Amino acid sequence: MADLYQVENLRLSFPDLTRKPLLGPAPRTEILKDLTFTIPRGEILGIVGGSGSGKSTLGRVLVRLLEPSAGTVRFDGRDITHLAEAELRPLRRRFQMIFQDPMSSLNPRHRIGRLIAAPLRLHGSEDPEKGALEALDQVGLPRSFASRYPHELSGGQRQRVGIARAIALRPDFILADEIVSGLDVSSQAQVLALLEQLVAELGLTLAFISHDLSVIRRLCTRILVLYRGEIVENATTAELYDNPRAAYTRELLDAIPLPDPDQPWI
Amino acid sequence: MLDGRSQIRRKIGLRLWLSGGWLLILVLAAVFAPLLSPHGPLEQDLFLGRMPPFWVSGAEPGYYLGTDSLGRDLLARILYGARVALIVALVAGSITALVGSTLGLLAGYLRGWVDVVISRLIDIWMAFPPVLFSILLIAVLGPGLVSIIIAIVVIDWTRFARVVRAEAMAQGAMDYPASAQIAGRTRLSTMIVEILPNVLPTIVVLLTLEMGIAVIVEAILSFVNLSISTDDPTWGGMISEGRTSIHQAWWIMVFPLVTLFLTVLSFSQFGEGLKDRFDPVLR
Amino acid sequence: MSYLKISNLTVNIAGTSARLLRDVSLNVEAGEVHGLVGESGAGKSMIGKAVLGTLPRAIEIVSGAIELDGTDLLKLSPAEHRKRLGQSCALIPQDPLTALNPSRRIGPQITDRLTDILGWDTKHARERAAELLDEVQIPDPQRVLCSYPHELSGGMRQRILIASAFAAEPKLIVADEPTTALDVTVQKQILKLIKDMQQRHNTALLFVTHDLGVVSKICQSLSVLYAGMVVEATDVRSFFREPAHAYSRALLAATPKYTDPEASLTPVPEEVIAAVRAEVEAADQRLRHG
Repeated sequence: MADLYQVENLRLSFPDLTRKPLLGPAPRTEILKDLTFTIPRGEILGIVGGSGSGKSTLGRVLVRLLEPSAGTVRFDGRDITHLAEAELRPLRRRFQMIFQDPMSSLNPRHRIGRLIAAPLRLHGSEDPEKGALEALDQVGLPRSFASRYPHELSGGQRQRVGIARAIALRPDFILADEIVSGLDVSSQAQVLALLEQLVAELGLTLAFISHDLSVIRRLCTRILVLYRGEIVENATTAELYDNPRAAYTRELLDAIPLPDPDQPWI
Repeated sequence: MLDGRSQIRRKIGLRLWLSGGWLLILVLAAVFAPLLSPHGPLEQDLFLGRMPPFWVSGAEPGYYLGTDSLGRDLLARILYGARVALIVALVAGSITALVGSTLGLLAGYLRGWVDVVISRLIDIWMAFPPVLFSILLIAVLGPGLVSIIIAIVVIDWTRFARVVRAEAMAQGAMDYPASAQIAGRTRLSTMIVEILPNVLPTIVVLLTLEMGIAVIVEAILSFVNLSISTDDPTWGGMISEGRTSIHQAWWIMVFPLVTLFLTVLSFSQFGEGLKDRFDPVLR
Repeated sequence: MSYLKISNLTVNIAGTSARLLRDVSLNVEAGEVHGLVGESGAGKSMIGKAVLGTLPRAIEIVSGAIELDGTDLLKLSPAEHRKRLGQSCALIPQDPLTALNPSRRIGPQITDRLTDILGWDTKHARERAAELLDEVQIPDPQRVLCSYPHELSGGMRQRILIASAFAAEPKLIVADEPTTALDVTVQKQILKLIKDMQQRHNTALLFVTHDLGVVSKICQSLSVLYAGMVVEATDVRSFFREPAHAYSRALLAATPKYTDPEASLTPVPEEVIAAVRAEVEAADQRLRHG
């Protein structure tokens, strides 16, 4: 089985409560419209789009934080589309997620060591503390950080903790949801370099969600461009940047201000 | 950076120490009331009625805060009254917090039909006028300490349920519960291990506030003679008695009133102070 | 002749020796766009706030001068200061969602300053507001003036904030990360608009941003900040051609550039950070003794 994920005719809609009539069901807003794609093992897939494109929603469906309305999501050949939480739990160690805002995704009342050890403990690891310390080593943070709280760390350090938590279980797949968009350029470069290195070392398959085509060229092997819940382009990185086919992709690329005063832009 | 923060800390410390100190004194007074008061709270001496406190001329030695119209020692009655007040505050406050917070947490985190049921219940509950509701309850249950506690819990659980529900919803919308789910935690365990600690500071503040409210409710019910038996000293009962002779003997009403005021104030300040002091997340 | 001249500005957390800005000096000519660049915590927004007199109370200006057209703002009385700023300065804020009062209509939120500070009558101010909305390419200005903020999209609200900033014909506008919250495609339109308006009205612009790409498109000169200190101040062309300071070079190398993926997104080397930290220490020493 070469494809880790197979997604077919995926749809997702939410009831729109702001337009709900007094009686009867609320009309539904379509967030994802009929998406079909695969993620082969070892691929680093970029998922790109503007706000409201549905890219984060798609990510949350892949790790089954959300249940799709229609279609199928297969993980390593197994249909996980409508699996109940109890059936998902043993599978969860194989697909992990790094969140956009580590301040919001790391429980502020837990110490770093406990935060990283938690997934290991929940999946019955023999020595979660040891695993947590090793994960800290791997993301290049000193072991002494285990006893600190999230708010005592800088943004880049917190995001490394998010990465450590995701890799601690040795998953097959990691979803990274806009993980550098809140960071300064210097931390951004460091976190991306770290991710690049870990993916190679651990043989991970990665989906990297971003609103910004300028940061993912070096990292990704293939890129999906979403616009209003639809895939407008699915191409290898080289194809996409050198010869973008969709008008929206061209628009996204043209809008990026390169750090170069000679680029004709405005 | 650090300097500014520690200055804020010091101010918080003062508030915590003052309110905590008063509450500690009150607890000690309630526990050691028999040792502290030279007279019994029910001991009458009709010849020594309406004696003024010790610093006013004509005071009777040994009656530091003076006596009421039946010649009972005010200090003793306030000390024994603290027992009733504190029991009501602790027991009624805690049970209210437990019931209300549990329902609020379930509604706010689980959402769905659980939320619909609990929210409707809160809405319906809050439509009852609380004072009337409590008088009605006492009338049905009969006066007494247990009835007061039941009345407070039954009326005030919505105060916790509403606030905790909103807070749990806000916390549930953050990414860390999702992150816990990804890590393989069950929903119930997420609620207790992840959400509850973040809602706890709010619960503590509400709890101390509720303790103050319980003291007031008890005083109000005593004031209208619906509390425990009229002989037993309660602050509300003392205020009620003192009201009739406020022009002749102000101290009969003023001392229990001041005690009540300081106690209620201390409870709320203590809660705020605790939250600021022990919350690892600086807000 | 510079329109805005900041000299040796040092800012502390009130009552402490914790420095937020260290001996900052910069000049903005009339009609020039000057970029303030740096990472979070470098103090770039702080400078904008100091100019507009909107520093929080917990922060105090220890020394220095902020001259606007030759007048030191810090020497004016609060009333004169407010009047002076109202007549000649304005702000384009970062977050279009929170910068407009959600319970008031758009119209009065634009015209307030015209009537309050410049003493225009309501009718005149309203006409001017409609003109401005037209100028920032908002269709059907009369209808928008009567709408509430929540009825409009994020890009539209940012246009309104721009219109509102230019309403009283200020000589200087502070733009505090005005496009950070927007999608790239909307960012491009908004930057274009700001540039157009700035050129048409010949307004000086102090442009606070963390994005060197944006700086290269909109600014003529820039100051690079680190830990509240200006490490390099130069014109945009020479900055992007050959940045003088090692920290500037590292910052530029860390900036994403999809046309040259191998040469961009390079983490800032630790030696560079150590060196610039040492410079900050040295500046602190100088400030303590001088």
